[in-house]
Amino acid sequence: MAKNSDYLEKKSLEYRKTVLEIIYNSGAGHTGGSLSCVDILNVLYNNFLEISPKNFSKKNRNRYIQSKGHSVEALYTVLCDQGFFTREELNTLNNFNSHFIGHPTKKVPGIEHNTGALGHGLSVAVGLAIAQKLDKENFKIYTLLGDGELSEGSVWEACSTAHKYKLDNLVVIIDRNKLQITGKTEDVNPIEPLNEKFLSFGFNVKEIDGNNIEELITALEEIPFNTNTPNAIIANTVKGSGVSFIENQISWHHKVPSKEEFEKANLELESRLKSYE
Amino acid sequence: MSEITTGKANLEIFGETLLEEGKKNSNLIVVTSDSRGSGKIVPFGKELPDQIIEVGIAEQNLVGVCSGLAAGGKIVFGVSPASFLTARSLEQIKNDVAYSDQPVTLVGISAGISYGQLGSTHHSLHDYAVLRTINNLTIVSPADNFEASEVIRKAVSFNKPLYIRYGKKPMIDLHKKGSNFEIGKASIICEGNDITIIATGETVQRAFLASRILKEDGVNAEVISMHTIKPFDEDALMKSIKKTNCLISVEEHSIYGGLGECCASLLLQAGYNIKFKILGIPDEYMINGSQGDVLDHYNMSPEKISDISKTLLNQ
Repeated sequence: MAKNSDYLEKKSLEYRKTVLEIIYNSGAGHTGGSLSCVDILNVLYNNFLEISPKNFSKKNRNRYIQSKGHSVEALYTVLCDQGFFTREELNTLNNFNSHFIGHPTKKVPGIEHNTGALGHGLSVAVGLAIAQKLDKENFKIYTLLGDGELSEGSVWEACSTAHKYKLDNLVVIIDRNKLQITGKTEDVNPIEPLNEKFLSFGFNVKEIDGNNIEELITALEEIPFNTNTPNAIIANTVKGSGVSFIENQISWHHKVPSKEEFEKANLELESRLKSYE
Repeated sequence: MSEITTGKANLEIFGETLLEEGKKNSNLIVVTSDSRGSGKIVPFGKELPDQIIEVGIAEQNLVGVCSGLAAGGKIVFGVSPASFLTARSLEQIKNDVAYSDQPVTLVGISAGISYGQLGSTHHSLHDYAVLRTINNLTIVSPADNFEASEVIRKAVSFNKPLYIRYGKKPMIDLHKKGSNFEIGKASIICEGNDITIIATGETVQRAFLASRILKEDGVNAEVISMHTIKPFDEDALMKSIKKTNCLISVEEHSIYGGLGECCASLLLQAGYNIKFKILGIPDEYMINGSQGDVLDHYNMSPEKISDISKTLLNQ
């Protein structure tokens, strides 16, 4: 059953707490990117994907491929909440011989595909979307890409195929947080005008605030934006979203909070959570 | 000696077998990168247009799409020139097929130096070496039409990541009627006690022809088609070496990282110190020419193989 935006906004705060906890406890993780995309994952898993441990082994169902695999802490957090594994299992993150490592692998329940090297997920999602079309099914294939990732040429190869095969069941979401490990995306290697680029590749494009639950719900409800054309959502997000001193800081790409920073972030999140009591 | 019959190019057989299998199973999907002509799958595309996906000249995307199709329950054959498929798309093979354990069959067409005078951009002399290092990937290089056809039939239900390498020259028939083919089990083309000549892919026929020359000189060579490069049939190699104590390996690949070095590693670790020669493409700016001329130039003509065998035996 679809959750309302109040419920999901509260969830996002809880997810952010978990993301920070597991990164802090394990001593590694991609803090900034996980916090920028956590609202997207929240809305997808709670309201749209209809993926659960019960139906995960089914061939024909909606799928989610996280192409920006480094933001795996957000994905683990949401999958844990969906019942794919316990919090105790998640707490083994980065331990020797744990399957919970710094990028998604199918050894972890709920993960569709092993990702981490950038520029791979969209092609895989295109293959999955074609398979659905061949089976005359119309389940949707969602994939999340980072904005820095868009410098990979293979992304645009996949866009061509998505257009050719009229994959209106494909939903490409760009976590447009505008930062990458070295600096601003537009300084490192400009990717704008992004909207026009996807349009010229034959996509229907919507640009939204990707940290706004209501805007995410509205955009995802409108899929397919049009028949016979693939869908792109440029989700403008804030890297490190939800924690004041982490937001928009290049240094937080994969920085681990100190004890003091962790406690400070927790206080911020908890005070906002109180407003939902 | 029995009469030699020449069959078709292994690539022709690949195309024919794939079409037969595709007709039997609508779930079988072929993905290609503007390579259906050289891949001999034009008839497949014409007869089964709903079972072929064309991504254009985009090999990285081809492998990723193959992986997604397999994840979506399809039996997938990705067909692209071996040179581009295994170099440009290496990361996709590693991550999206092997590491992600998607049951994709990747077919490297016009492999080795099949493209002859088109030059090194089009040659794949690296594929065994790089792919052997990737976990969860089986590598097969069929020798003749029988192996070329059988490996495709087996691939349909193999259900694991698989790379198959095909050349495009007509091959002589090396197997007797009723032979068995199993991925991972070497084929003994002819038995002998004096020297073992192990080869893979299109060089097996050269090894076989060398054995016939040697036979006339009273040397009984055992010829092994090591069609599966990985997992390597160590038992077949050891069993033969125990008889012959002398080995020549012949491959259309760099002398580094392929069949020969695999044999060397296994033999040394098993405590064998035998007479041994690796024949392949040396580490140099490769001479230009047709596949046949180049292989001859690098001592892989039947005559040269037999000469080197005799020299080795007399050492």
